[in-house]
Amino acid sequence: MEKTTGDNQNYEQSIHRMGRIWMSMALLVILAVPLAISVNFQTWPALGYLMGGLLPIMMIYVPIGIIEVITFSPMLGSGATYLAFTTGNLTNLKVPCALNALEIAEIEPGSSEGEVISTIAVAASSLVTNIVLVIGVLMFVQLAPVLSSPVLQPAFENILPALFGALGYLYISKNWKLAVVPLALMVVIFMIAPTAPVGILIPVSALSAIAAARFMYNRKMI
Amino acid sequence: MTDYRNSAFMFVLGAIVALFVTVQSIVFLRRAWQEGKRRNIAPEVMRKAVISSAVFTLVPSLSILLTMLTLSGALGLALPWIRLSVIGAVTYELPAAEAAAQAMGASLMTSDIPVSVFSVIIWVMTLGIMSGPIFIIAYFKKLQGRVNKIKVEDNRWGTLLISAMFVGLISSFLGSALAGGIVSILTLFSSALLMVFCIMLEQKAGLKIFKDFALPLSMIGAMALAILYSGLLGGM
Repeated sequence: MEKTTGDNQNYEQSIHRMGRIWMSMALLVILAVPLAISVNFQTWPALGYLMGGLLPIMMIYVPIGIIEVITFSPMLGSGATYLAFTTGNLTNLKVPCALNALEIAEIEPGSSEGEVISTIAVAASSLVTNIVLVIGVLMFVQLAPVLSSPVLQPAFENILPALFGALGYLYISKNWKLAVVPLALMVVIFMIAPTAPVGILIPVSALSAIAAARFMYNRKMI
Repeated sequence: MTDYRNSAFMFVLGAIVALFVTVQSIVFLRRAWQEGKRRNIAPEVMRKAVISSAVFTLVPSLSILLTMLTLSGALGLALPWIRLSVIGAVTYELPAAEAAAQAMGASLMTSDIPVSVFSVIIWVMTLGIMSGPIFIIAYFKKLQGRVNKIKVEDNRWGTLLISAMFVGLISSFLGSALAGGIVSILTLFSSALLMVFCIMLEQKAGLKIFKDFALPLSMIGAMALAILYSGLLGGM
């Protein structure tokens, strides 16, 4: 047993080392794109314009970026976090994908086996998205009219209700006591402010769920 | 002058980024697979995780592709491809690009964006999303250490904590969908009902495929029904 704990710690150490190296390389590659564009087209953004565009975006997305790490990383585990935060599309794709894979494998999220399955899920998902985007680039002329056809628009506009309806049933039917407080809170908030950004409300909802869970746990209600 | 946005140079940049993401995904997949074998997770379970994740990803990827096509009108095809291959999301890329264009007195509604505006847009889109990855490099190991400590000290609470976070995430989207109009509400409930139906088919008829692909099947079914609801209710 002690050996297993030691091996698990070795894996944790190695995945953090590997994750930091790959994430640092990813940042360099991502930053190299605007740099290469500015060099190639000989056009550097004036600081005033750059800050004018950047400040309103950073005011919203710097806290969201940090909150997303704090909220999603315990669910995803180490390996999947490093990969998902490089490849993006977390709430609409990577996190539900990991949840689905864990559900099918009947493995507890946050467990050491869950760490493996969610990393596999996020990696497979990243590869498929990559392939779909490459096909989209190669077949742009053929795909553009199909995907942007008015008939299909309601389907794409409702992709999140279609995703979270099924996922919601799966998780809430198993953890309905945990869901009462956050769900009630979110319904009230969205009734008052229907266009409120979901990204900002995810941590609010998660915190209310944690507080309610702690309250019930302390009173042995769950 | 040829369209700089769709120049060979831009597509070479896109190919480099796509290649990087592919290699990183394969490296992490391989490492997790090795670890799974060491932990005696059956290869069949891991294989199923790959297949179910790949199938599930197809539909959301089409939505990402649609965003790429939408952005391509103003930004060309290569830049949206690059941006949607890495950290960011459908909900981030468009506002970031629009904010940058507006700072230059331009708009994404036009298809003849000057290269000077294009340069500001790509810098803003890139720098604006860096906080998450930087935070991960600096603090994630510490954060994960604290989560692990909670699990070691009280495993039951550690498990509940993570379940509560999942339920919190799902609740926020359910709340948003319930306030999104009648088509959104009907789609939400249709998806949940289709999931119930898939589970019943698996449990009562022993059709394992309905367990493994319950989520994509429910999702595609509900999206198809959204088209029907929208047609019947006139996009309410």
